[in-house]
Amino acid sequence: MSVLEIIIALPLLAALAVWLGAPARAASLGATFVNLALVLYASVQYAAKPAGLAFTNARVVLENPAISFAVGADGVSLTLALLTSLVMLAAVWQIEDRPNIFYISSLLIGGGAMGAFLTTDVFFIYAFHELALIPTFLMIALHGRADAAQRKAVAWKATIYLGAGSLVLLAGLAWVVLEFSGGSKLTFDLEALRNQAQLTPLPVAKQAQIFFVLLLGFGTLVSLFPFHSWAAPAYATAPTPVAMLHSGVLKKFGLYGLIRIALPLLPQGAQVEWVQNALLLMLLGNILVMGLVTIHANRLDDTLANSSVMHMGYIFLGLAAGTEIALKGAVLLMFAHGVSIALLFGLCGRMRNQLGTLEYNKLGGLATHAPAFTVLFAFGAFASIGLPGLANFAGEVMVFAGSFTEFKAGELSNLHWTVILALWGVVMSAVYMLRAYRNIFHGSANTGLFMTDPVFSQRLPFILLAATLLVTGCCPWLLLNLMKSAL
Amino acid sequence: MSVFTIEAGLALLGLVLLLVEAFKPDISRRTLGLTAIAGTAFALVLLPFCGAPLPSFMQPWHQLDTLALFYKGFAIVITLLVLWLTLECAPYLTRFTVDGKLAEMFSLPLIVCSGMMWMASARDLVTVFVALELVTVSFYVLVAFARKSAFSLEAGVKYLILGALSTGILVYGIAWIYGATGTMSFEGIGKALANPATSKSTALFGAALILCGLGFKVAAAPFHMWVPDVYQGAPTPVTAFLSVGSKAAGFVVLTRALEAFLATGSIISTEVQAFLLVIGSLTVLLGSLPAMFQTSVKRLLAYSSISHAGYLLLALACSETARFELSSGGIVAFYLATYLPMTVLGFLGLGLMRANGLGEDIKDFTGLAKRNPTLALFMTISFASLAGLPLTAGFIGKLFVFLGLADHGYWGALSCAVIAAAAGFYYYFKTILAMYTTEGVETTALTLSTASKAVAGVLVLIILILGVYPKPLQKVLTASPAVVSAK
Repeated sequence: MSVLEIIIALPLLAALAVWLGAPARAASLGATFVNLALVLYASVQYAAKPAGLAFTNARVVLENPAISFAVGADGVSLTLALLTSLVMLAAVWQIEDRPNIFYISSLLIGGGAMGAFLTTDVFFIYAFHELALIPTFLMIALHGRADAAQRKAVAWKATIYLGAGSLVLLAGLAWVVLEFSGGSKLTFDLEALRNQAQLTPLPVAKQAQIFFVLLLGFGTLVSLFPFHSWAAPAYATAPTPVAMLHSGVLKKFGLYGLIRIALPLLPQGAQVEWVQNALLLMLLGNILVMGLVTIHANRLDDTLANSSVMHMGYIFLGLAAGTEIALKGAVLLMFAHGVSIALLFGLCGRMRNQLGTLEYNKLGGLATHAPAFTVLFAFGAFASIGLPGLANFAGEVMVFAGSFTEFKAGELSNLHWTVILALWGVVMSAVYMLRAYRNIFHGSANTGLFMTDPVFSQRLPFILLAATLLVTGCCPWLLLNLMKSAL
Repeated sequence: MSVFTIEAGLALLGLVLLLVEAFKPDISRRTLGLTAIAGTAFALVLLPFCGAPLPSFMQPWHQLDTLALFYKGFAIVITLLVLWLTLECAPYLTRFTVDGKLAEMFSLPLIVCSGMMWMASARDLVTVFVALELVTVSFYVLVAFARKSAFSLEAGVKYLILGALSTGILVYGIAWIYGATGTMSFEGIGKALANPATSKSTALFGAALILCGLGFKVAAAPFHMWVPDVYQGAPTPVTAFLSVGSKAAGFVVLTRALEAFLATGSIISTEVQAFLLVIGSLTVLLGSLPAMFQTSVKRLLAYSSISHAGYLLLALACSETARFELSSGGIVAFYLATYLPMTVLGFLGLGLMRANGLGEDIKDFTGLAKRNPTLALFMTISFASLAGLPLTAGFIGKLFVFLGLADHGYWGALSCAVIAAAAGFYYYFKTILAMYTTEGVETTALTLSTASKAVAGVLVLIILILGVYPKPLQKVLTASPAVVSAK
């Protein structure tokens, strides 16, 4: 029995317990606390170990095709597990006066994400992600923040996009399994597939094709431009814990899949010119087009939802560059973005509950009565802009620096041009985030709407996330050491 | 003890119950039902001890391999569930019968069961025909059983006319095959078809007629038109029986017939395979796409059962390969084993809704989660499994089919199957969503008897266990094919 199995099972069991009638808040908080402790324990243990998979354990589910419930973690998966447990804890913690289904769905989404990050069998990686998607849809459709018809429409849109993306992804994964199983039987074991890929690499043209299919599949799940239009309305409508968990954690699954499955199995596929150009164009769409869209948003939830789509572009940039520094930066950015967007969505949910509106022209001067809330929001907003000292900065710098390599004067490659254009995204982030911050918290308070600080125990989940941003921003080596040479 | 004892015993029990009801009209239906259930359960217990060879004069028609044994168990289990479902729905059903009694509803299923068990062992076309008619004729009565309901009568007439027509086609095909090959036994047909001297066009015509005749029985497109009306009109327990039992019976015959038609060196194998692929692709699409527009859950399940038949036909088109341990017949058996619990659960939900005075439309399912959370959860799992959500039994079944198709390179059929699966997600989740919608429903509680809860709980467990640990079932189905066959 591996510690990872406990980490995966705990939230799912807690969800079951709550459904069966256990006290919802106590059970959920207890399980997520223990989970965070276990993930921290595993990370500390792993830091002392050599690179490679650790805590492995496999239970055979089917012999042919070979499928097993195999767990295992390296630095990347532990980083994401850490993100999951942090956000899950905060998401569960900030729930107030809601039906039990809020706890159950949060635990299911978190547990599903945990399973997707910590298993090493393609079958289960895919299966756990799907498991986490179902409560997301149901919660948007049932408890979303819009009238019934509209939230159902939003939920269906997300379902159709993500369902189609999942099917493309399934096709890509099946292709991978068929190509790399080799020999006599099909296998879904990632390590076996990886070994086979190293032993007998595919022709480059074929690698490019498979990589592209996987990119479209995983990309849709991460709201890669132009398959992004489900994301913003879904996040703006989703109940707070679901928005925190999906945008913060579950969306990272697509990126994780690319790093974990596509890049190691098809190392040359990503570098083929047409694939790379397509990816660069799409990620520029994320950064520049969505950046402009975000600037035009006039409600806080719209701004946050669109910005979360936009920021995926930087992470894709790290993947497109493929250098070690860029990839590590991408993983760091995944962590940082997950924490910061969860913080912002959590605070945004509180604001909506208290104020009833999030439109900029109806708000102002909130800082006077809610100073602590304002400071917490500032942490999230500034992290999201990429202020040095907060986690996102470290990730963005590494991505940009790692992508702008092999520079010769006068000979700019497409990648270089992309980096130059992408840098403008940082400016756009500053524009819309600072504008939002100023409109909401500063200026005249004569709008008649004001809010109060949450009680201390309700501040704690947000303090936890803000502190994480600060700590990993000042000491990014904590996570970088954990990643070792996994990439 | 030989297995024939059980088959004869069940038929005998059915006849006895019929006579008892006729001569002792005051006997309670509960006694009758429980006797039938006890008899079937006893048969299930005895089944593993029935390895003794049959008397030698029967052996030319009757074989006992793993597949036969599996389907015999399958027939008994579904009969057991149908009998129990009938008892549960009895108060409602009796309103539509002429004398307010249900006697034949308890005796005829036993005779059907006996026929299905006999069919599983059939070694030649005559045995198949006799067993098939035993099953079909009993079903004519069962479908029209609720005689005071116009729908049931209509369904009965439709089923009778089309069933008789398909029987005619089947017999005609058998005659042609006999003319072409000079034998009725599957083994002999396989051998004759491998002989280049056999007339190809004659054999092909006969095989096509047989496949069309069986296509009616398993509801393959374009012979599926009767299904929605008949399934909707028939009493719910009978619909469940038709959808699982009758379908499985059709598929065991198809498996045997195809073993002969696709035997090594068969002169008609290419054409038969192409036929299966076309019919299978058509069936998944014509089952799934219309299902999206249904408003009645019972009709929706009818269309879904058509589309499941399509997956099974596609599985049959993939003959055995080295990369796969399960033969195509094994995949079909596996798929049916996963199909049983989820379909029965679906019909159980419908039956209980009816028993509580509710309708069968999707809108009647609105708010089910509030009325009876347990039933809603069970039905959610069943529908999720029907849709093919990972970690449920339905996914593994579909995975086998998809991998088989991909392994053979049948890309056209595979894309049809994927489209149908995607559509499936839509209509199953539409129903699930309705169950959890809360606004605008009066929430009278819906009662569920302890026995129902227990049975449904077991079915759910089977779905989940098969979904994460299918190995044991696969082992059973891959055991060498003739372990128990008589020397």
